[in-house]
Amino acid sequence: MMEYRVEIALWAISGIIPFFMLNIWTNNNLNESINLSDVLISRYFLSAFFVRQFSVVWVVFSFEEDSLMGKVSPYLIQPLNPFFRYFAQHLAEQITRFPFALIIAFFFFIFNPESIWIPNLGILLLSIVSTFLSFLIQFLIQSIVACLCFWTEKASSIERLLFIPTLFLSGLLAPVASFPAYVKSWIYLTPFPYLIDFPANLLSGNDTNISGGLSMQILWIFLLLPLFKKIWSDGTKKYTAMGS
Amino acid sequence: MNLRKYLKVYKKFLHTSLASELEYKTNILVDLITAILSLIGSIFLLSIFFQNNGYIGGWKFEQALIIQGIYTILNGITNTWFNPNLTEIVKHIREGTLDFVLLKPIDSQFFISLKKINPSGFLEIMLGIFLLFFCIRINQINLNLSFLILSLITISCSIFILYSLWFFISTTTIWFVKTWNAIEVLRSFLYIGRFPLNSFSFSLRIFFSIFIPIAFITTIPSEVFLGISQFWKILLEVIVATVFLITSRKFWLFALKSYSSASS
Repeated sequence: MMEYRVEIALWAISGIIPFFMLNIWTNNNLNESINLSDVLISRYFLSAFFVRQFSVVWVVFSFEEDSLMGKVSPYLIQPLNPFFRYFAQHLAEQITRFPFALIIAFFFFIFNPESIWIPNLGILLLSIVSTFLSFLIQFLIQSIVACLCFWTEKASSIERLLFIPTLFLSGLLAPVASFPAYVKSWIYLTPFPYLIDFPANLLSGNDTNISGGLSMQILWIFLLLPLFKKIWSDGTKKYTAMGS
Repeated sequence: MNLRKYLKVYKKFLHTSLASELEYKTNILVDLITAILSLIGSIFLLSIFFQNNGYIGGWKFEQALIIQGIYTILNGITNTWFNPNLTEIVKHIREGTLDFVLLKPIDSQFFISLKKINPSGFLEIMLGIFLLFFCIRINQINLNLSFLILSLITISCSIFILYSLWFFISTTTIWFVKTWNAIEVLRSFLYIGRFPLNSFSFSLRIFFSIFIPIAFITTIPSEVFLGISQFWKILLEVIVATVFLITSRKFWLFALKSYSSASS
């Protein structure tokens, strides 16, 4: 992974959309309407950037490429589920990305010195846990989509479709607290606000229901895991190697 | 340059790539739903911004919708032509197939930029045009000849700038081989084209007009639509587009000099 330092640096930069959004929010004083001060909203978007950096998942693209190239067949002979391989890749890249994310945070604080804060240790640990849970949820969803490769060649277009609600509803572009009431009434039943909004609120020290959020994250993992196992076993039964 | 020959070749390109893309019919349907959802999402986001404010950066909600319309059209064009072709350059260079492109008795930039087409982007372009027509109605814009000519000029200039940016980054593949992530950076920067330039702070505004002219891409054509654009801005956009096109062409020719096939 260290061989691709420039790649990973660029990848970290490509996640800066939350900062552009922050600029719109504070520059037009939009945050006053949801009772968040400038400082709190800048902390929120910085946390959203961090949560996104460490929960981003691209397993469907790797799996699609491997399955089109016929690399899946040798993986299937191995005693370990090949998704562990992708899982390890994701974790390794997250660790390499950490210094770059810190550098970006450092620049952020230079421009916004008033928003510096140090979360207490308990909150920090909890937000790391919830970021990891958010990563697990997204990894499971994408793995389920990736398994569709067994039926259709281009599963990545389904992933791009699912990415749209993730983008707009997860809180990456606007905190869920600012959503109109008719959306707020049902959004907490979906997995989306637990992907970015909940961990980011936790890390930035805004009010959130900590136990409720964490239990919803765990609930979603328990719902998605059997689904993944089912689709994986069905898919591998359906699978015929390329050229057979 | 023999225009007729190029037109003929382009017809063949269209035919072959449409035929291959239509093999994935469900894919096109999924892409269409993605485009519609993405537009709904952006309008939803915009409505959050406007729910307690009448104006953002001096733009009303109805006016900001024009920017969304133009962004959708440009995004459709990106998905139809730029994305499928220019990401292919990376593949050409990694696998050494760029040699075959260079050997062909046709301009390499033409071949590389227009070989493929992704038909699902057409639907997005149409979606954007529908939104623009809707905006023309709700903003009570009267159509006349000068308006049509000016908006066509500015939108084509935006397309040229966008193309040059994509082509520029893809060309750097010749040295760096992997540029997927550079393309991701460009994509995330282009994202701000969905919002009026004035809604950003002064420093970002400067950045997005001088270093990466995303400001020109959507804001100026939208101002032309509203009839509030000054003449110098339109002139500036034409100049920027010309400079970008010429530089990207020069840059490609320069990069080819450093190209030394795969494994050599």
